[in-house]
Amino acid sequence: MKTHIFPAIRLTAICFIFFCGLYTLIVWGFAQLVPNKGKGETFTANNKTYYTNIAQKFNQDKYFWSRPSAVDYNAAGAGGSNKGPSNPDYLAQVQARIDSFMVHNPGIKKADIPADIVTASGSGLDPDISIQAAKAQAQRIASIRQIPVTAIEEVITKNTKQPLLGLFGPASINVLQLNLALDALANNK
Amino acid sequence: MNTELTGIILMYLLLLVTAIPLGWYIGKVFSNEKTWLDGIFNPLDKLFFKVGGINTTKEMNWKQHLLALLTINLFWFLIAMFVLTNMSWLPLNPDANPSMSADLAFNTTVSFISNTNLQHYSGETGMSYLGQLVLMLFQFISAGCGMAICAMVFFAMKDKSTGNPVNFYVLFVKSCTRILFPLALLLALVFVLNGMPMTFEGKDTITTLQGDTVHVSRGPVAAFVAIKQIGTNGGGFFGPNSAHPFENPSYFTNIIETVSILLIPIAMIFALGYILKRKRLAYTIFGVMTIGFFLLLIPTIFNEIKGNPAIMQMGINQNLGSMEGKEIRFGSAASAYWAINTTVTSNGSVNAMHDSLTPLSGMFAMLGMMVNAFFGGVGVGFLNFYIFIILAVFISGLMVGRTPEFLGKKIEAREMKIAMIIALLHPLLILTGTAISSFLYAGNPTAYAGWLNNPGYHGFSEMLYEFSSSSANNGSGFEGLGDNSPFWNIACGIVMLLARYLPIIGPVAIAGILSNKKYIPESAGTLKTDTATFGLMVFAVIAIVAALSFFPALALGPIAEHFMLKP
Repeated sequence: MKTHIFPAIRLTAICFIFFCGLYTLIVWGFAQLVPNKGKGETFTANNKTYYTNIAQKFNQDKYFWSRPSAVDYNAAGAGGSNKGPSNPDYLAQVQARIDSFMVHNPGIKKADIPADIVTASGSGLDPDISIQAAKAQAQRIASIRQIPVTAIEEVITKNTKQPLLGLFGPASINVLQLNLALDALANNK
Repeated sequence: MNTELTGIILMYLLLLVTAIPLGWYIGKVFSNEKTWLDGIFNPLDKLFFKVGGINTTKEMNWKQHLLALLTINLFWFLIAMFVLTNMSWLPLNPDANPSMSADLAFNTTVSFISNTNLQHYSGETGMSYLGQLVLMLFQFISAGCGMAICAMVFFAMKDKSTGNPVNFYVLFVKSCTRILFPLALLLALVFVLNGMPMTFEGKDTITTLQGDTVHVSRGPVAAFVAIKQIGTNGGGFFGPNSAHPFENPSYFTNIIETVSILLIPIAMIFALGYILKRKRLAYTIFGVMTIGFFLLLIPTIFNEIKGNPAIMQMGINQNLGSMEGKEIRFGSAASAYWAINTTVTSNGSVNAMHDSLTPLSGMFAMLGMMVNAFFGGVGVGFLNFYIFIILAVFISGLMVGRTPEFLGKKIEAREMKIAMIIALLHPLLILTGTAISSFLYAGNPTAYAGWLNNPGYHGFSEMLYEFSSSSANNGSGFEGLGDNSPFWNIACGIVMLLARYLPIIGPVAIAGILSNKKYIPESAGTLKTDTATFGLMVFAVIAIVAALSFFPALALGPIAEHFMLKP
């Protein structure tokens, strides 16, 4: 064992310098060259800075809602619900979300409510909703904002992110950008 | 949904076209052959050897290999314990996060030196940036250790010596500098370009469109995530791992991250073929592992796409699949694909919450860890498979009435004893651990009420999953489990320790003993180990060992829950 102690210590020291130090510095240095200097993807709208990829809480009826979050959209303590598919408390919670969604969106058929808008995301910070989830809310927003539904649907289509190269993965909509587009539409009216 | 399936096919094809050439490259690196990166890495390795005080020409036998590995790991253990219990006053702690308690630090330290990366803390609140960087170091060197020891076994399997001395330190340094480092760097740069944070600033504060004030955790994420994915480590920067939008911002990064999970584990098989000059053997092993992988993968994708029957009964359509715990940008199919990738290897990173998978998908994820030899962790995955090969050779030998041989070496009682102990260790650790925790919980459900996030069968699955994950050195979890308590920290810590080092010691000992035996040239009566028949034999041994050991426990957990959910 003795013969191995000194190589162990010295080798660990150089690994520390190289993998903790140099490797991190190279990546960090490279990040200084890209837009926003490696502080996460942000954009500015109406003089306010937002993180593109971090979900915000939207529970007002005039906005498209984000997916439910098990951590109440806490971006400093993200997490999922970790509820099992058969858990009775969990299923009751989903039922409550369905009921609430139907109250806020009068006239909607249950079959038109997609699963993502009544289930919590993995991170609690899912910035996106499905196309169906946006469409299911169009009527509510149209009547509150007194904009024709067709105009709302146009905003939805315009903000839809198609699958990668049109071929891979699901289509989605960034809720924050959708809501900003909605506000812009209302202001221009 | 169709584009979700094409996405999976793309990921698998990308994996194959990158893993096979990488395997040849790894074979060249370990065999000391010329590669196109020598210009950079020859001087770098020399520096490592010089600073490390390593005599690269010294041949080490298998006992010296183990001693070197255990010594350096013990030293790592002490360093990590010190850093984790003193983070609060050490530098690089902008969010003023606290130091860890002794039991949590023990669990986390063992978890990271053993390449498990089980996390009973959340990165945002439980870890300083210095702590994260030190854990990142362990993600390099624990993976490097696994590859070095696997390469040693490859060389011990050769019939003739290569002329190059087999030295643990040389193999270790080369694994880290020439394989893990360039891959991690490349990934990290791609991640930075795709919006992953890489900053040393602390939390940001923003006002949302609705007017709420929100704190946003950031950090040096890109460098961390790259090695987390490539080294079958899996320890996330943030609590929800790669489900977090900062750890996996888009479907594109998800493709890259998913492919990197299986990249080195598959490449190691082809490196074996290259080093031994036995391509057919490599294809046989790859074939067996691939069949096992697909048997777990296909039903999992099917179940996740189908959705949760209980929610369907409420009248909500399940066109998107089961979405609890999943992210819209990946979709249910890619999350199911990731779930099996991460559990057949010992990666353990997640892009969806496994606790919320539909019951059978949760079972297939557990089975991947219970078998732990369909690809497995970098390096150590092959060692587990090696044990099953030895068992299969022995059983086949008995069936035809000949002395069992593998690659020209006789397998005798001593090797078989070691192989049996290692094969049985894994079920022993998982089932004993689950039995003890279930006994405690059943005896006093109120005292341990904080343990389980879900009642009934699913609660049992949470405990079974935790021990499977610990013993497979995987690190994913049914995260509803209230696991930051002394019982879970210490029990899982002990299981991870035993399950890391004994399955390294066993195969290395077998390979070492075999390499000292006389070589028997192949004859007409030799059992051919590179045929489909032998592949089937290995598969049968794996299936019987896994099914017989784990079926009763699985019946009590996910299978029972599945039938309860059936409409």
